[in-house]
Formats: sequence, C-alpha cells, structure tokens
Amino acid sequence: MNDSEIRDIVLSEIHKVAPDIDPADVSDDDHLQDDLELDSMDILSLVTALHERLGISIPEAEYPEIDTPAKAVRYLAGKITG
Amino acid sequence: MRRGDVVAVVETQKGAIEIESFEAGIVTELIASVGQTVPVGQELAWIGAEEPPTVEAVPEPSSKQPSVAVASKLSAPKVTAGPPRSLTSIGASPAARRAAHKLGIDLSTLQGSGPGGAIVLADVEASEKPKNIAKTTEGGLSEMRKAVAAAMVRSKREIPHFSASHTIETQGVSDWLAARNSDRPPSERVLLGAVLVKAAALAARSVKTLNGHFTDGAFVPSDEINTGVAISLRGGGLIAPALHRTDTMSLDDVMAGMRDLVTRARSGRLRGSEMTRGTLTVSSLGENGAEQMTGVIFPPQVALLTVGAPQVRPWVVGDAIIPREVTNFVLSADHRVCDGLQASKYLTVLAEKLSRPEEL
Repeated sequence: MNDSEIRDIVLSEIHKVAPDIDPADVSDDDHLQDDLELDSMDILSLVTALHERLGISIPEAEYPEIDTPAKAVRYLAGKITG
Repeated sequence: MRRGDVVAVVETQKGAIEIESFEAGIVTELIASVGQTVPVGQELAWIGAEEPPTVEAVPEPSSKQPSVAVASKLSAPKVTAGPPRSLTSIGASPAARRAAHKLGIDLSTLQGSGPGGAIVLADVEASEKPKNIAKTTEGGLSEMRKAVAAAMVRSKREIPHFSASHTIETQGVSDWLAARNSDRPPSERVLLGAVLVKAAALAARSVKTLNGHFTDGAFVPSDEINTGVAISLRGGGLIAPALHRTDTMSLDDVMAGMRDLVTRARSGRLRGSEMTRGTLTVSSLGENGAEQMTGVIFPPQVALLTVGAPQVRPWVVGDAIIPREVTNFVLSADHRVCDGLQASKYLTVLAEKLSRPEEL
C-alpha cells in the first residue's frame, strides 16, 4: 500500500467520523483537533476505524503522532512496512 | 409491536426524533400514511390488545396514553397483517422518502447516514446540494439555535441559578484509565469523559435534591439517575440526550452508551425518551478546551455539571508541591430546590468517587 492509498483511507475515515468535512478541503497539515475540530470521541472513532481497516491499533500515547493527515500517513506507512 | 418500538420519526429543530410506542399490542389500523403531514394531536394508528381477544374480552384502554402519537382502542377480533415494517425494510425516514420523491431522487442510489445505513432527510438534501450541509439560516437564527435559545431563555427566566465550583485532582483517574486502556483495542477503550459521567451519576445518589424535574411548581425527585450528556453538534448547536440509569451501568456500558448517543446525535436519530428522561446533565468542555464554565440548567432539570478541560497545575501532595492534572467542576443548581450546602456536598462526593476510579 502506497502513501497515497493510505492518505485516501485516512481522509475517507475522517469524513465518516465528521461528514461535514470534505476530504477535498483538508490539507495535509491540518491539525485534527485544532483545525478540523475533532473531539476526543471523534479521534477514538477514527482510531477504531483505522484499526478495523488496516489492522493497526494505535496506542493512546501515540495519538500525537497522527494529529495531522501528513503525520498519520507517515505513522501508518511505517507500521505497515515495518 | 412491543413497548419501545419506534412508531414514527418526527423531524424537529434538533434533528429527527424517534417516537416510541408506550404500549404493546397489535396495530389494527393505520390512520396516517407515510409521508403525510399531520397536525399535532392527530392519531397515527390504533394499537389493539396484545392477543387477539375473544368476543368477551375487553382489553384495558390506556389512561396514560399521550395524545400525540398513537392511541389505543379495542382491537379488531382478527388481525391479518403484521405491524408495518417500513422503517426497517426500506431504510429511509418518511421525510427522506417524501423529499426524494419531490426531488425525483432514487433512494436506492443514496447512502444513508442513519443507524444501519438508514437514509435520513439530510442524506437526500445532501445529494441534491452536495456542498451545502449547513442548516439554512436565512439571515436569522438556524432552527437549532432557535431551539437552544428557547430552552435557555426559559431556563434563565424561570430558574434562580446559583453555582458551586470545585477543583479536583484527576491525575490518578487519568493514570488509571491510561493503564486500563493500554492493552485494549481502540473499540474497547474508555474516555475520561465516560468516567466523569459515571462518577457524576454515582454522586447524585448522595444528593437527592439535584436529581429530578421541577414541574408545575414543585420539585419531583427521580428514582432513576438518567444522565444527560451535552453533545455539541458539528456545524453548531447542542443537544443533551440522556443515558438510562447511568449509576447502575458498568463503565464500559457508559462509554458504549455515550458513543452511541454521539453517533446518533450527529446523524440526527435520537429517541423521544432519550430527549426527555434526563434528570441531571453533564456538559464537558473536552480535553483541550477552557478550564472552567458555568452552565445553564436544561429545564425541567434542576442541576447541570460542567467539566472543564483538565489542566496540569502545581498541586500540594503531602508536604510537596508537584505538577498534577486537575479538573474544575462547576455545578449549576436551582435555588428553588436546594442550597449551597447540597451543591457543595455533591462536589465533595464527586471528588471522593474520582479518588477511587477502580470502584467506578
């Protein structure tokens, strides 16, 4: 799976958690909480969805590593290959 | 149909609200048809006795039946058709179907955002105007803001509010929760918000004058502790559906219940009973918000607990000052019903509960 595919998955799951967020309007450096205004319940829903979709369980302590789409893609790509 | 089955969906200012049957029985006659607009008070259907009665049998008519949705009468001796299953089999709300028909949209081409993929009005509207998801404001207040405004104006006009505040160390709860969550998959993790809601419900057991409704000039304490959970909706607005008997639920069930309420609040599918059964509401500013807020009571309730965002602050532990996570709680209460003493007791009991999270 390449970075672009992972990015599509991340953005589509963000859209499912918050349907008003159009993936086309999200920039890679948008902060999930500060810019996209996801709350802790939304972040947990996103992490749950990514776990179901990619089989990667992101520990709570590592949530800061996925706090923008760009960082999330980097983090998940590292887990998939490594 | 069983008691609690959904018999209608009403599109309200605050989204679609499911109306549940207060009676068990067999639908003997449908009066209103799907998609029809009916005035308030109009009967929608007749529900007869649970078993088709013999000629002599006279089923008890319900005296407490609200007149809004469904009324009872003696059942027809024989019923051939089962209850309608339109909501589940077609998977679209009546308003969604009506709108789709009007706009010439094929429902089967839409993806529903309701529970179980049900298509709601918002889905139909979104398919027509994909970019316009904001509620119409037409230069004034949105429907949601009007609903919030009406409740809050009533609250501030009728309820003599007072508030008490307490800063409680929550480092222990957070550490305990982090350890508890660390070996769990995301779907089984519990958020601090759920722990606080459970603790708030348990504390309400100790102070009966904060849990109930003020109606017709008198306070009626509730035997059940049904915690309203204030949920802010993306795009604006607030809604506070309630969990049922929160104090008796396990922590995992409280978390699951809150997840469910948030999901359904956002997709606009809450039940009428969830909107009215709350006896004490908890409103949380989230994990990264401001540290303190004094909330406005949600009538006819008599108290509301606001939870600030946890902050790391210098804290005295024994003889030392060390950085600890602390959280500010403000209890707004109705002075017609209780005084500072009760509000203070509630907050100190809450602190006790939070000092022993493993017992929650």
